[in-house]
Amino acid sequence: MTAHLPVLQVVIPLVSAPICMLLRRGRLAWGFTLVVSWVVLGVAILLLDRTLAEGILSYAIGNWAAPWGIEYRVDAVGAFVILIVASVGAIVLPFAHASVRHEIPDDRISLFYTCYLLCLTGLLGIVVTGDAFNLFVFLEISSLSSYVLISLGTDRRALTAAFQYLVMGTIGATFILIGVGWLYMMTGTLNMADLAQRLPEVADTRTIRAAFAFLTVGISLKLALFPLHLWLPNAYTYAPSAVSTFLAATATKVAIYVLLRFFFTVFGAEYSLGAMPLAEILMVLALTATLVASLVAVFQEDIKRMLAYSSVAQIGYIILAISFASVTGLTAGIIHLFNHALMKGALFMAMGCIFLRLGSVHIRDMEGIGKRMPFTMAAFVIGGLSLIGVPMTAGFISKWYLVQATLEEGLWLIAVLILVGSLIAVAYIWRVVEVAYFRAPAQRSHEVKEAPVSMLVPTWILIAANIYFGVDTSLTFGVARTSAESLLGMGG
Amino acid sequence: MDVLGLYNYWIVIVLMMIGFYIVIARPNLVKKVVGLFIFQTSVFILYISMAKVRGGTAPILVEGVHTYSNPLPHVLILTAIVVGVATTALALALVVRIKEAYGTANEDEIQAQEEES
Repeated sequence: MTAHLPVLQVVIPLVSAPICMLLRRGRLAWGFTLVVSWVVLGVAILLLDRTLAEGILSYAIGNWAAPWGIEYRVDAVGAFVILIVASVGAIVLPFAHASVRHEIPDDRISLFYTCYLLCLTGLLGIVVTGDAFNLFVFLEISSLSSYVLISLGTDRRALTAAFQYLVMGTIGATFILIGVGWLYMMTGTLNMADLAQRLPEVADTRTIRAAFAFLTVGISLKLALFPLHLWLPNAYTYAPSAVSTFLAATATKVAIYVLLRFFFTVFGAEYSLGAMPLAEILMVLALTATLVASLVAVFQEDIKRMLAYSSVAQIGYIILAISFASVTGLTAGIIHLFNHALMKGALFMAMGCIFLRLGSVHIRDMEGIGKRMPFTMAAFVIGGLSLIGVPMTAGFISKWYLVQATLEEGLWLIAVLILVGSLIAVAYIWRVVEVAYFRAPAQRSHEVKEAPVSMLVPTWILIAANIYFGVDTSLTFGVARTSAESLLGMGG
Repeated sequence: MDVLGLYNYWIVIVLMMIGFYIVIARPNLVKKVVGLFIFQTSVFILYISMAKVRGGTAPILVEGVHTYSNPLPHVLILTAIVVGVATTALALALVVRIKEAYGTANEDEIQAQEEES
């Protein structure tokens, strides 16, 4: 049974999706999805446990041996990212119940959960698979379902946001397809481990370089690296609250995982970041992302949009950490991958609570909301502190290792810029705090009451995780360190 | 270099650029979808081209034939075609919804409406 864990991770949500559609009744579909997502989380925990104990798990689909058959391959990084996706997927669901019923018409709720399960399948599949083409297929499964999920938002601009994302996402995915095609052309294999072995022979050809370039640009579009982030703010702003939470915490993280996979496992760190001046390019783009997106965030009136720009900035930090290609750098990047999922998940959930009660997340509607919805706003404040990187929160741990990795490289200026980015985060979080706590409640917020318990509990679970992983870093640091070492080909 | 002998790759590049240009330059959303599909289709041709083995026949087991085209890219592209069809269907469905919500499927007009409100 446990030998089949890698495939179960994908098959369970995949098979559940059509069943969920047949259930039709909203409440039933929700209950079913809830059970499935917690089972998926259980599988993910078992999987992480086994990978940490036994190293890489390999599973041949249909018993066709790799490199001919499709291989599912889970290592420490993979299992860790799976855990992020599965746990966010499970925690969002209790939260989603009230929020989705408020935002989506009754007859579409079962379809919503069907898409949700498909999106979960795609995201998990991307991480589990060890086959480059299979990765493209899962990428498209997750993307197509996320376009649908985004388009279900209440505002009509959700439709144009979803369309914009569809166009940019498809271009990105097609670029990845071209890259994979050229890799296959030169090596005759699609299996990632096999590719890694055969690539060095042909690495110095124009075809492989072009393939690498297409893959890099395609993946960067998916992970919203500045300046390819244009789809992200609208998509996160107008999507239903539960979807913003889920996607902000998982979708870009999985895209970053794909980048790590191709850079370090398939091409190898030396080729990816050494042969061409890509490390420098990524570093500049990442720094621009952190500074520009943070500054843009300060001027947003819509708080979900503000958080979306802040996501672009945080992705910048992760890419910056990866561009060092050192063990400390990668460790910092992977830790921040996890911590950012926690803090953004919590912040978007808080916004979901406010949207449920106020019908808006515009800053002028939030005057004095701190008195009406104390628990929600307290969660927002702690999540915000974590985003800034105050000690005792998860965000501090990320920043700590990131600055450490920067100093290891002797890049003092960049370390200073990271701290400047944090200071800008203080500015945009403070704006919300000021309006929510220090202004007299607006007329319309008088009848507003606290969000339902079913939404507050998941929010506070994430907040508690933010604090827990800010104090006890043995899990995050341990796993991230092992992952970084195995990605760089040290210590297995 | 044999420029004309690689004509299928030239077709790929031309189609890809045509598709890409339509996506970027046309404000009409339906045309954008068409452009996107042309863009994807060019990649299908790229895959099919690389599967060709000189002198090879269709990969069916027949006596006396020893050279076959590589069937794997064909299979991959069947999957990619399905993905492409699904993407186009979804994109068109979104355009229908956008047209219902805004009364137009023209990007410039939609933007003008957003700026007014």
